[in-house]
Amino acid sequence: MDQFLRTADSNWFRQRIKGVILCVLAAFVVLFIRLFFLQVIEREEYRRLSENNSIRLQSIKPPRGLIFDRHGELLVDNRPSFDLSIITKDAKPLEKTLGKLAYFLKSPVEELQSNMSRNKGYSAYTPILLKQDIGRDALAQVEVHKFDLPGVGVDVEARRQYINRNSAAHLVGYLSEINAEELKSGKYPENKSGDFIGRFGVEKTYEHYLRGQRGGRQVEVNATGQVVRILKTVEAKPGHNIYLTIDTRVQKKAEELLQGRAGAVIAMDPSTGEILALASNPSFDQNDFVSGMSHEKWEELVSNPQRPLENKAVQGEYPPASTYKIMTALAALEEGAIDEDTTFFCPGYYKFGDRQFRCWKESGHGTVDVVKALSESCDVFFYQAGLKLGVDRLAWHAKAAGLGSPTEINLDNEASGLVPTAGWKKNRTGVDWQRGETLSVAIGQGYNLATPLQMLVLTSTVANGGTLYRPLILKKIETAEGEIVSEGEIRTKGKLPVSQRTLDIVRKGLWEVVNSPTGTARNARIPGVEVSGKTGTAQVVGRKPDASADKKTEPVIKPHAWFVAYAPSGNPQIAVAVIVEHGEGGGSVAAPIAREVLKAFFADRKFNPSQIQATFQP
Amino acid sequence: MFDRRLVQNFDWGLLGLTLSLGTMGLIILYSAVTAGTPDPQKVLCLKQLIWFCVGTVVMVACFLFDYKLLERWALPFYIFCILLLIAVLISGKYAGGSKRWLALGPVSLQPSELIKIAVIIFVARYYSKVVNTIGLGIRELVCPIIVTVIPFVLIVAQPDLGTALLVVVIVGSMTIFVKIDRRSFIWIIATSTTALPLVWFFILKAYQKKRILTFLNPDRDPLGAGYHIIQSKIAIGSGMIFGKGFLKGTQNALEFLPEQHTDFIFSVLAEEWGFVGSLVLLLLFLMLIIWGLNVAQGCREPFGTLLAVGVTAMIFWQVFINLGMVMGLMPVVGVPLPLISYGGSSVVTMMMCIGLLLNVSMRRFMIE
Repeated sequence: MDQFLRTADSNWFRQRIKGVILCVLAAFVVLFIRLFFLQVIEREEYRRLSENNSIRLQSIKPPRGLIFDRHGELLVDNRPSFDLSIITKDAKPLEKTLGKLAYFLKSPVEELQSNMSRNKGYSAYTPILLKQDIGRDALAQVEVHKFDLPGVGVDVEARRQYINRNSAAHLVGYLSEINAEELKSGKYPENKSGDFIGRFGVEKTYEHYLRGQRGGRQVEVNATGQVVRILKTVEAKPGHNIYLTIDTRVQKKAEELLQGRAGAVIAMDPSTGEILALASNPSFDQNDFVSGMSHEKWEELVSNPQRPLENKAVQGEYPPASTYKIMTALAALEEGAIDEDTTFFCPGYYKFGDRQFRCWKESGHGTVDVVKALSESCDVFFYQAGLKLGVDRLAWHAKAAGLGSPTEINLDNEASGLVPTAGWKKNRTGVDWQRGETLSVAIGQGYNLATPLQMLVLTSTVANGGTLYRPLILKKIETAEGEIVSEGEIRTKGKLPVSQRTLDIVRKGLWEVVNSPTGTARNARIPGVEVSGKTGTAQVVGRKPDASADKKTEPVIKPHAWFVAYAPSGNPQIAVAVIVEHGEGGGSVAAPIAREVLKAFFADRKFNPSQIQATFQP
Repeated sequence: MFDRRLVQNFDWGLLGLTLSLGTMGLIILYSAVTAGTPDPQKVLCLKQLIWFCVGTVVMVACFLFDYKLLERWALPFYIFCILLLIAVLISGKYAGGSKRWLALGPVSLQPSELIKIAVIIFVARYYSKVVNTIGLGIRELVCPIIVTVIPFVLIVAQPDLGTALLVVVIVGSMTIFVKIDRRSFIWIIATSTTALPLVWFFILKAYQKKRILTFLNPDRDPLGAGYHIIQSKIAIGSGMIFGKGFLKGTQNALEFLPEQHTDFIFSVLAEEWGFVGSLVLLLLFLMLIIWGLNVAQGCREPFGTLLAVGVTAMIFWQVFINLGMVMGLMPVVGVPLPLISYGGSSVVTMMMCIGLLLNVSMRRFMIE
């Protein structure tokens, strides 16, 4: 019975279908009402909108984030630039309008025409860029004659301005226009043609934060294409502001001191790894990249033998020379190859095999221990210490101090330097390591290569008591309103595998370099603050260490001058590394630069007397 | 095979209605692809005409056999379409942000169109066996739910939210038509309200979420989808009562309308033919749908009835969603307007539907 009652028969279906028909009718009534509303009730409004071809979309470019130094001093800004654009459909008659514009802009008509065909888009309704950065005079003319120039619009664009020309150029970097391949690659989905992106330095590394977010506007325009009403706006979000760790005062001083020479100066806070200054000379004006560099200027930069585009602090690989003795001393002491009482006699040369290896002081240093050897930079001491140590053990310690690999500072093209080992040489050349080569390596010549940054990190590590910090350039990132987005992460990479005792001995030597009457860097002393350091003079082809004493051959190329330092010696707050290419004397040329940099750093810092007097206990 | 009664009972009216709609579609398509553009793509009109011819052949094929045979082939056909859907995900042609087409030589096939029919046939057969006057219970609903969810997931993965939702809505309509018993109905409401947030957070892609949010508040996206809807409404509204005239649509010519030969083709029609023209189209569609329901009513056995209802539901929903979207009543989802929007797969599928309706209709007096 039940079964029968529940069967769906034709009548039941028929009822259901009737219900469906009602629903369908209801739905169509809704559509009908809506259509009626649009096409009958609101028809005038829509007809008006369509007749004037009225609605356009405008894109709003986000202001790029600013860059500051650690104290909030502005380094990179955005300034207004006025860009002229034209909408061809509105700008009739076209030739006449272009002619007038050429007159106001004082540019040839051909230039405007070629820009127009170059930037042509798909629709006759999108604005075509005619000329960028027209300047206030031209702007005034265009604005005054606005009604004679239909279809012409002026957009205010923000243009990057590097406030201190040529300062911190390699660190801050520059922008340039995004090219077609990059747009196609899909790596820059938010960017459009005509956008500028970071190409080098901090502008590139932090592009993502600096960039901000596009906004846009729906506008209603009249028959001549001028905006009469803004319908809806989505505000552009400005990019985040970047605070670097550098101190502009110290940075500028460093750059001033490098004028006229090729080289680099870097300074760091040994207790955090924060970079206080990063200068590389020769440098370049970043503003040139933003306004469009001429071909000649680019050629000039690229073919300059002193390589202005290279960030020597980070990309330049040089033989560390005597500054490397710090490394050799640490390794030899720690491995027990020598101890604080070990002495060697330096007559001005060292006989090894059938060769004589010279010491830089022809008359020799006499009997020296490790502290004196550092202070007077005795090559002979280190030849022998190096031999006892062996190249591989020395290399092990060097690598543990960060040499031979990038420091991860997060800047372009950081070089790794080179720490040779026997195995490396065998791989590279097929020839076994010769013990004689250990002598060169022990004094920082031979295959050794280091960047100024790596030597700075080594110096800093010794200064702070053995902790390796990653060099940090970012202090913090803030939104345009001042909310902190992220802070630079102070990161340690471990500790030096040496005992406190070893460090103390080496630090004593470094103190004496500057403060002992026979030290090689007495030039680095500053009043009121004790400085420790190490000089270096890196031979670059030419005089061989085993040339005999009376052959005073003119070196083919002058050696590089190195100096690394930290101060105050007892409680270091700054470490510095200086290299002057072909500067010759580490003590005579590089040390004074470091001195002035340290002076600038300590200039308006208040110290309590106990800090200044802090010296080592031997 | 050829019974005289078949020819007698052939529904010429339905055929006439279909041809009228098709012709209107071709005329408007011509305007959509030629007016104003610097390089008119007249070839698209030709292609659409070819598709109509192909569609006609398919339509005829769909009524040459007795539709009751479909009961036997329901499951294999469904599985075949599912396999095609999987094939598309693996090696489909990527176009316009999604993988929807399978390339078969010179022709591209859109399996998501085909699956709609497969699902209708399968569900119609299933329901014809279990339908009763009290309504379906949960146990009976499990099967159709599974049968719907599988293609839904596969289509959303392409991603093609519009077609996926269409499948759900069609099966939903058929299900409500056969009635659900009260308890199950409550149960369904409960689970879908809990499932909705899950879908929102885990299945929908960012741009799809954005579309729905934009619809709910167009002010959110005045630069993207919001802009398209505004342009569409301007096109429709500016048609006023009598339209701007054939080929004279300015919104159309100036390329303000996005996708004007596919999703937004109605806006072209409304602009050029005005309220009068739009009303004519609306009425033609209404007639077509009522006609389909009439076929359902005239059929004396459950499978045919359900088949007709399902097919008609598909036509109805596509018309309603497309027109609703274009007039700003619904979120922007890519659902083509039947027989009018450009698109081979859509045209052929629609013709298949008409063919099935003709099939059911002409055999209504032949009951075993």
